[in-house]
Amino acid sequence: MLKQVEGSISTAEAIGLCRPEVICAYPITPQTHIVEGLGRMVRSGELKNCEFINVESEFGALSACIGSSAAGARTYTATSSQGLLFMAEAVYNASGMGLPIVMTLGTRAIGAPINIWNDHSDAMSMRDAGWMQLFAETNQESVDLHIQAFRLAEAVSMPVMVCVDGFILTHAVERVDVPAQAEVDAFLPPYDPVQVVDPREPISIGAMVGPDAFTEVKYLQNYKQNLALKLIPDLASDFKKRFGRDSGGLLRTYRTEDAEMVVVAMGSVNGTIKDTIDEMRADGFSIGLVTLVSYRPFPTEELRNALKGRKHVVVVDKSFAIGMGGQLAADVDHALRNVDGAPHALSCIAGLGGRPITRASLRELFRKARKEPWEGMLFLDLNQKVVATEIEHMGSMRRSGPIAENLLRRLSVTPAAE
Amino acid sequence: MLQIRIHGRGGQGVVTAAEMLSVAAFLEGKHAQAFPSFGSERTGAPVVSFCRIDDKEIRLREPIMEPDVLIVQDPTLFKVIDVFQGLKRDGYLLVNSNKSFAELGLAHAAAKLPTGHARVVAASEIAVKHIGRPLPNAVLLGAFAALSGTVRLQSVAAAIREAFSGKVAEANVAAATEAFEAAASAAAAA
Repeated sequence: MLKQVEGSISTAEAIGLCRPEVICAYPITPQTHIVEGLGRMVRSGELKNCEFINVESEFGALSACIGSSAAGARTYTATSSQGLLFMAEAVYNASGMGLPIVMTLGTRAIGAPINIWNDHSDAMSMRDAGWMQLFAETNQESVDLHIQAFRLAEAVSMPVMVCVDGFILTHAVERVDVPAQAEVDAFLPPYDPVQVVDPREPISIGAMVGPDAFTEVKYLQNYKQNLALKLIPDLASDFKKRFGRDSGGLLRTYRTEDAEMVVVAMGSVNGTIKDTIDEMRADGFSIGLVTLVSYRPFPTEELRNALKGRKHVVVVDKSFAIGMGGQLAADVDHALRNVDGAPHALSCIAGLGGRPITRASLRELFRKARKEPWEGMLFLDLNQKVVATEIEHMGSMRRSGPIAENLLRRLSVTPAAE
Repeated sequence: MLQIRIHGRGGQGVVTAAEMLSVAAFLEGKHAQAFPSFGSERTGAPVVSFCRIDDKEIRLREPIMEPDVLIVQDPTLFKVIDVFQGLKRDGYLLVNSNKSFAELGLAHAAAKLPTGHARVVAASEIAVKHIGRPLPNAVLLGAFAALSGTVRLQSVAAAIREAFSGKVAEANVAAATEAFEAAASAAAAA
């Protein structure tokens, strides 16, 4: 049914349609509306056979999810930013034990400095934790990816994190087609666990494993993600057959057929990039886009095929590893490794802590990539002047003070102002 | 694509206004996208929200920097921020005030727009009359329907009834209708 609703609400409705049996989450902006929506659905009885468990923290939330998933219940949680960090130990445990929990991550920056706005730092902090990570481009795709995520997670018995851009998607009101219950039921069969903690047939899950088998357990975690690489395109094509929409998959291409330059990005920024590409194409600039949906497992081969033979590749990361570079850029480099005549991937860091990514800045970026390619990271719309002044200030005295507050004073804005 | 930027203060329903407008456009079969300027919202602080309306899918996620329409829920904002920033030459301006543009010191700015594109509506007064509180957001959407013709009053009314219920919804619909008629008759007079 077509609706004009906030992204958090359509996402909550999609999760409800997946018939979760246990939801355990702790509220944190910008994910709050999703779990509040689900809480209302449980309380009103709209979502049946589901227990909503209130806990004291994010660590408690995911720990309870681990228990309920191990007991054979379809289990869901959601978090953001510092909340995901507080879950960290349990994040690794959920994947290490092979529990098919589905989590929504309302992606958001990580402090300090305190920042509630969107970027991909939180998702990237857990990219190596063994969860599959799928990035939604729109609120429609958020709905569709959650429905696919439960089937994917349960098929390989591994957890899935659906990454939805905080605020930009979670708080945007737009048109979304929310499927009917019967359609979702036909796509997503009831959960049939591969392992169940049951007092009638006692087993252990989460045992200590020493050097004699730890490597093998980890190898099999990776083996499951490799299975998922094959399964994700199949699920997307089955989804399309039933629902008529291109959602999910490993990656999607846009106007790449003859493109000399190809941009790679994840999440909601792909919409703005597509509009920019249309404008630049109209001016005769040969450019296309690869929208990466599945970040974990990483579709190395598919990405290599999409990028080899191009003249220029520009990777737009919404986070970076301090002291190293953009995480997506590094993974794109990996995909292009050992490819004859591979294009040099240019790395751009954009949209940190909620800074808007505009068509004007993207146009300038793509033109620069063709005219004057750079080494290392290019920070989109970086305020060079304020950075240079602070560097000079730091060098001028020992007690130069806190950087964040110094910058705010220089920009004459108070911490609470937008 | 029509791009609308709404300025107001925390507590005036700035975000709800953009959402209701997007619902009104959706009900007419259009694509619409509404989103707030994501900040730490506090009562009384300047707040901005955005709405895009188009006949095809809206993919753009940048803030609206060059609006076709400005809706200003609080005229004191003109002294605090550059409300007019990026407003298109042939754009529309709708201000909540019981004063004229001349009295607001905005005669020059209003005169730069095409005839009939700038309007003051005493939305807070109309709101007090119908709702009992000076909440101008839904009221101004009624005036917007008359001013731009992008959405019909009945769609605005339906959107108000989706956002609110019962007496509050009906009071807001009555207020929006009065603002629509005031703006429409002012247009006829011009």
